[in-house]
Amino acid sequence: MPDISVVLPSILQPLAGGQSILTAPADGPVTVGKLLDSVTGGYPVLARRLRDETGALRRYVNIYVDGDEVRRLQGLETEVADGQEVLIIQSVAGG
Amino acid sequence: MGCMATTESFVLAIGTKKGLWLATSRDRKQWSFSGPHFLMSEIPSIGIDTRDGRTRIMVGVRSEHWGPTVAHSDDLGATWTEPEQGAIMFPEDTGAAVERIWQIYPDSESRPGVVWAGAEPISVWKSTDGGEHFELNRGLWDHPHRSEWGAGYGGAAAHSIVVNPAGDNVHIAMSTGGVYRSLDGGTSWEARNKGISARFNPDPYPEFGQCVHKIAADAAVEGRLYAQNHHGVYRTDDNGEHWESIADGLPADFGFVMLTHPRREGTAWVVPLKADGERIPPEGKLAVHRTDDAGATWKRLATGLPEGEYNSVLRDAAGVDSAEPAGVYFGTRGGAVYASADEGDTFAEVVSHLPDVLCVRAAVVAGAGLPEPRIPETAAAQGA
Repeated sequence: MPDISVVLPSILQPLAGGQSILTAPADGPVTVGKLLDSVTGGYPVLARRLRDETGALRRYVNIYVDGDEVRRLQGLETEVADGQEVLIIQSVAGG
Repeated sequence: MGCMATTESFVLAIGTKKGLWLATSRDRKQWSFSGPHFLMSEIPSIGIDTRDGRTRIMVGVRSEHWGPTVAHSDDLGATWTEPEQGAIMFPEDTGAAVERIWQIYPDSESRPGVVWAGAEPISVWKSTDGGEHFELNRGLWDHPHRSEWGAGYGGAAAHSIVVNPAGDNVHIAMSTGGVYRSLDGGTSWEARNKGISARFNPDPYPEFGQCVHKIAADAAVEGRLYAQNHHGVYRTDDNGEHWESIADGLPADFGFVMLTHPRREGTAWVVPLKADGERIPPEGKLAVHRTDDAGATWKRLATGLPEGEYNSVLRDAAGVDSAEPAGVYFGTRGGAVYASADEGDTFAEVVSHLPDVLCVRAAVVAGAGLPEPRIPETAAAQGA
């Protein structure tokens, strides 16, 4: 079965056992939300860094699908398919 | 020799806008530091729990990017533990998410393992396992006043929790909302603000809606508490039924800090600021003020403090230890921390040039076996 890969920023990699890329099996298109459920299922602390307990993406966490930030697409409902690249990057914040 | 020396050690925890610093001392003069822990995350709340023969440091951590969490360390910061499922998480039916942990308050010796927390959005939490998991207080969450509570400049939060060690009285303060009291250990809550002003409100004495900045209990007098309000300093002698002004004798009635003595009746400390529109020490001269008679008179204490200070001292950026005499500690938004080993009569700078100080807590640890704090294995890891 093909996989979809999620690339983590280095600061979050310790929360995923040191992995830089997490993969989920994909036998068809899947939403970014479901993809996050899948790849962070075994890493609850990582999951909380990305989304709050209501499931909302944290304000300064950006997720890109093939270079487009998902807030400009359909948010966590954005569909991704095998072969597309999903990047998680923290945005500019703080002082 | 026939006489055993008693040895005390001291732990000082400093939460800032960009991380946590820890220090230990044998004499409250020389401090050994470690930090920053949780670099680039703010630490708005700290609880040091010395019950059960251990020293557990609990911290509320908040990253602009990665959100809030609670972590704890039982080895003075050498290692930190963040519960996998999260220590403070709103239940799904509330539809709410934690923004920031404003208060972590270990309960008394009589209730080992019980730790309270206050958070934003306005909520109170209780742990019975030493701060590893907290449950939402539903009585306050479902309170009929909730829709009318507001937000102070820093956010809408329950930021002060005072639990009577001998009974089921719990007082909390929130901004904005004021003081709420529970007589049944937190099951039900009633506003208790009679006499506290809300000068920003059309009705200056509403039932609730005040911006009470901090409350603290008199350790020796049942039913007596003190409050630093958004303009106004008050005392109650009847468990919150009535509050009366004790601001006479202070150079200003604005400020954020309210500390009480760990044992002695009538002793409290405030750090006045000029006004809500001018949040600097009066005349730009930093000073702590102490009362030893429950607010009838105040003594200005500035020995060892700088003149020409234009930073404020935030509500939780001050603490006391339980030694004799009691230690008093506070930090400024300019990143300086001062300590007094004589109840405020003289201060000395402990550290300077840290980021904005948000929270200061100190504790006494019995015995000489306290290790020096160690540099964390990974300074940048927010719970990693």
